[in-house]
Amino acid sequence: MGEVVLTGVVVDEAGALSIEQLACACGAAVSWVRELVVEGALVPAGEGESGWRFTSAHLACARRVRRIQRDLDANIDAAIVIVNLLEEIERLQARLKQAGVDLL
Amino acid sequence: MEFKDYYKILGVERGATEQELKRAYRKLARKFHPDVSKEPEAEKRMKEVNEAYEVLGDPEKRAAYDQLGSRYRPGQEFRPPPDWDAGFEFSGGSAEADATGFSEFFSSLFGDASRRRGNSGFRARGQDHHAKVLIDIEDAFQGATRGITLHAPQVDGQGRATTRERTLKVQIPKGVREGQHIRLSGQGAPGAGGGPLGDLYLEVRFNAHPHYRADGRDVYMDLPLAPWEAALGATVTAPTPGGAVEVKVPAGVQSGRRLRLAGRGIPGNPPGDLYLVLQVVLPPADTEQAKTLYRNMARDLAFNPRSAIGG
Repeated sequence: MGEVVLTGVVVDEAGALSIEQLACACGAAVSWVRELVVEGALVPAGEGESGWRFTSAHLACARRVRRIQRDLDANIDAAIVIVNLLEEIERLQARLKQAGVDLL
Repeated sequence: MEFKDYYKILGVERGATEQELKRAYRKLARKFHPDVSKEPEAEKRMKEVNEAYEVLGDPEKRAAYDQLGSRYRPGQEFRPPPDWDAGFEFSGGSAEADATGFSEFFSSLFGDASRRRGNSGFRARGQDHHAKVLIDIEDAFQGATRGITLHAPQVDGQGRATTRERTLKVQIPKGVREGQHIRLSGQGAPGAGGGPLGDLYLEVRFNAHPHYRADGRDVYMDLPLAPWEAALGATVTAPTPGGAVEVKVPAGVQSGRRLRLAGRGIPGNPPGDLYLVLQVVLPPADTEQAKTLYRNMARDLAFNPRSAIGG
């Protein structure tokens, strides 16, 4: 029983999520995900709400916005700004890492 | 199971007002929020803080907890008395709370409340769960099988909520990149009222590697060169994550120059690239012969590395 090997789907390309799946994964309502798209925090591929497809990066971003909204009692706009800044810091840290510089 | 002092976790007095609780919670949330905190164990601390506030921030749960808590000291062995919560009607807490990460102590007290809701003929899909899986960068080149251990809330035979440990074996697909999620259908929380199971999402993280650094599909590694290899050009062997490859190093390269091996990054469609960051390494001058060679170079080459800065 413990030896069963589970095979999952990578959440990108063919395994990208619908708006309902992303909402479930964040423990949120579909309307909350819609708001993130309207605010420009998520830019899904696909046309029309039912055609929208969300990637791993969208999932990570959405979950972060959710956590920050909940734990820091932030409104959605402030949470999006915080997440965008965190992502920018991570991009810069990744460039340092490529250059072989490790600040930590 | 140990009794948890939620007041102590939030650093407030037992008689704290709702305002004081909220202020204490926010302060700790800013300090330990795993997305912004540099504190060690921030994630674990944030979970404790969230759990404490989930109870104390809700007047119904707080009243029930206070009644129980007057008989216990923190850390004391704790067993919830049968029907301890009779007379309290939990309205279900906030839908926002992700209770899956809460302690056994929490589940033993408030897990019952969610079960009661589940039996009221209401059918709902189970919650999705999330976990991280750590793999080696080589696993992304070859694929691998990884065992992961999860702690999930569960209702036992006596109808009591406990924490269950379960181990899953998961196929890590070849070509997976850091930060990607693997979705395992039906491995999340059980549904309520016969509803379908939730899904389990695994976020892929790479273990730190002494030589390889991943950036999306691309991989970077330092390639050390002897001064004569860098000066004259050479064919050298580079041990890449996909296996050893022969690399032609052009003549006259300096440290920091990158050689791109197209398609030798993480496999996929398209595959990533592998960047070799050249590092010229000086042989030590630790023998008389080596010193003589350096002295000869100094005499014969008339080389000033500081000419560009006016040195």
